[in-house]
Amino acid sequence: MSDETNKGLLSPLRRKLLMGMAAVPAITMLPRNSFAQTPATSAVNTTGLAVTDTEVTVGILHSATGTMAISETGSIEAEKLAIEQINAAGGVLGRKIKFIQEDGASDWPTFAEKAKKLLVNDKVAAIMGCWTSASRKAVLPVVEQYNGMLYYPTFYEGLEQSKNVIYTGQEATQQILAGLNWIAKEKGAKTFFFIGSDYIWPRTSNKIARKHVENVLKGKVVGEEYYPLGNTQFNSVINKIKLTKPDVIFTDVVGGSNVAFYKQLKAAGIDLAKQPLLTISVTEDEIDGIGGENIAGAYACMKYFQSLDNPNNKAFVPAFKKMWGEKTVIGDVTQAAYLGPWLWKLTVEKAGSFDVDKIAAASPGVEFKGAPEGYVRIHENHHLWSKTRVGRAKLDGQFELIYETADLVEPDPFPKGYQ
Amino acid sequence: MTDNRFVNRSELIGILVLAVFLVVVLPLTLDVFRLNLVAKYLTYAFVALGLVICWGYGGILSLGQGVFFGLGGYCMAMFLKLEASSVENTKIQSTPGIPDFMDWNQITALPFFWKPFHSLTFTIAAIILVPGIFALIIGTAMFKRRVGGTYFAIITQAVAAILTILIVGQQGYTGGINGMTDLRTLKGWDIRPDHAKIVLYFFEVGCLFVCIMIAQFVRHSKLGRILVAMREKEDRVRFSGYSVANFKIFAFCIAAVFAAIGGAMFALNVGFMSPSFVGIVPSIEMVIYTAVGGRLSILGAIYGTLLVNFAKTSLSETFPELWLFGLGGLFIAVVLAFPNGLAGIWGDYVQPRIDRLIVSRKPKPEGWTDSSVADGAPAE
Repeated sequence: MSDETNKGLLSPLRRKLLMGMAAVPAITMLPRNSFAQTPATSAVNTTGLAVTDTEVTVGILHSATGTMAISETGSIEAEKLAIEQINAAGGVLGRKIKFIQEDGASDWPTFAEKAKKLLVNDKVAAIMGCWTSASRKAVLPVVEQYNGMLYYPTFYEGLEQSKNVIYTGQEATQQILAGLNWIAKEKGAKTFFFIGSDYIWPRTSNKIARKHVENVLKGKVVGEEYYPLGNTQFNSVINKIKLTKPDVIFTDVVGGSNVAFYKQLKAAGIDLAKQPLLTISVTEDEIDGIGGENIAGAYACMKYFQSLDNPNNKAFVPAFKKMWGEKTVIGDVTQAAYLGPWLWKLTVEKAGSFDVDKIAAASPGVEFKGAPEGYVRIHENHHLWSKTRVGRAKLDGQFELIYETADLVEPDPFPKGYQ
Repeated sequence: MTDNRFVNRSELIGILVLAVFLVVVLPLTLDVFRLNLVAKYLTYAFVALGLVICWGYGGILSLGQGVFFGLGGYCMAMFLKLEASSVENTKIQSTPGIPDFMDWNQITALPFFWKPFHSLTFTIAAIILVPGIFALIIGTAMFKRRVGGTYFAIITQAVAAILTILIVGQQGYTGGINGMTDLRTLKGWDIRPDHAKIVLYFFEVGCLFVCIMIAQFVRHSKLGRILVAMREKEDRVRFSGYSVANFKIFAFCIAAVFAAIGGAMFALNVGFMSPSFVGIVPSIEMVIYTAVGGRLSILGAIYGTLLVNFAKTSLSETFPELWLFGLGGLFIAVVLAFPNGLAGIWGDYVQPRIDRLIVSRKPKPEGWTDSSVADGAPAE
């Protein structure tokens, strides 16, 4: 390799570029952002990642099997779409993205094992992956130990920040506070009833929501209930809701439990058109299972809805459906997963290198103007600045945009006064 | 027959072959990442070994070995987690010095039952005693009342389900569904780098051989024979004056302790413990490892565990969306075609040929054709 580089020094510049083997001194002579020419591999990859002169390998790590497959499939599809689009547009630093897909199988230790395999064996330049907090918690020590780069798409509980992770979904305060403010103002809500699945994300989200309701909105939480993942019996909590008559039902029930919850709410005669319900866990993907008729009228608070009316989204939705079928729906996390490869590409080009340390350092300030949700920018803390939106579920399973914050909301993974 | 020794000659050869395979061949041919995967697979081999004693010989099918694997693993993980949660490592928390998941769940002081896990000696004792005593309680409650067979299997499953729900529900104390992650050091020794993984691998293999020897001893002792007799005709053993319940409890406890050692090894090697190893599905998977290997063969169980896990890893790497079908097919094929698992294939097809080869060379066949399958095969 070094021999070739030395020989290259003597030969004409043009030939080197044609060969795609520009030597180290030559690359410094190029205009800084001219990525039409391919910079030398030795210059952009000093840590032995899977980067060749024509290709760069990234990993996709989600559950293709098991209970989470239903949620994570959208993320896999979005990431593949983004990679295809980036390749069609010329790739990253002149290199096509190749991906290796691994199955986390809805099992957290498997996620850790596969992440390690991707980083140690395959030397991937970045991993797009994980969905549940549990899988991220399992993978985090691995990416930190082997200095990998993880793009994590799900809205999550916060309380975390890592040099090796870019969080492309919202953290809890970003997602929740604007929605609570809106519903308090719009509906004059004073009393809230919290229902969640029993794990870290709903617990933390509800803790933040409770502090906000009590300290900022001066309201009251009249009930807080948790159910195990996969629970399908919500009758007792529905009775409590009928007794306490809260102004707002605030839910973060996840996964398949949602189907039972909304059907039982409806069967119990709670009309979501009259009883405001704000969910932070139901996207278009979940409505597919719940059925639009069971949830119509409920409000959801997140950063993206498939129905968003902006030019980026109008290009993104048809492209997604063209690749994955007319019937697919696109939820908040799917869109956030789509951001991962793009943000990585933009960061690599900003850093002029695939090296993880340089990407981590270059990440803050990277903006993606083509995001389907509008515009995003990476914050110092590796989360995204993004708008928060409230949508109302319609019969056809889509959300109607009701409200969006005027400005981007700052990510604050360690919120003061909410812990 | 070599009645009084607990390892006969062919078994000794088998153990030596396994030792060479695990101590020499694998470390020389695999990189550290794959070797660490083997270490992970071998943690299940402890469970499979226990199941050979308890299920293969004692006829007690436990579908709740994940409980003991989990108890052992959690004991180890609690120690490691406490060490990883030193005040300086956790200074961003509201309450520094306690595990991160407690802080997320608004717990402000270390719960009393966590405190003893600051001590490694206590932890090691707990890894053996907690599951052992728990198995003793379940075993006593069941076997003294002559609950057995399918009922026992169902009850062990219920216990596995209950423990999972308990761990997930009490997330402030246990880490909930996330489990305990980010385990870092053992008495200041970093367990994460490559060289540590190699040391841990050899340590684990050493422990495995100790357990194999114990299993061999149990099998060849009078105790092992009573277990087999009990499996075949429980009433006859009872009428002969033996306390059937006590022998069953013993076999169940041994299996529990082996599983717990496996769990502790898991926490050390993988740096991780989560309720996904405690529940019904992993417990049944562990029975499958034993079934694939051959439930009557101590070494077969270990090879079975390695094979199934290796298939799991390589199939899922090659076919991320279809691998479960491949694995399912493998199980069905093994159970349909080879009810005695790998050991059965070995005993029926390979061993006789080797014997014939040796016999043709050296005409003195007596004394070492004892096949582990033949003398323990069930009557049904």
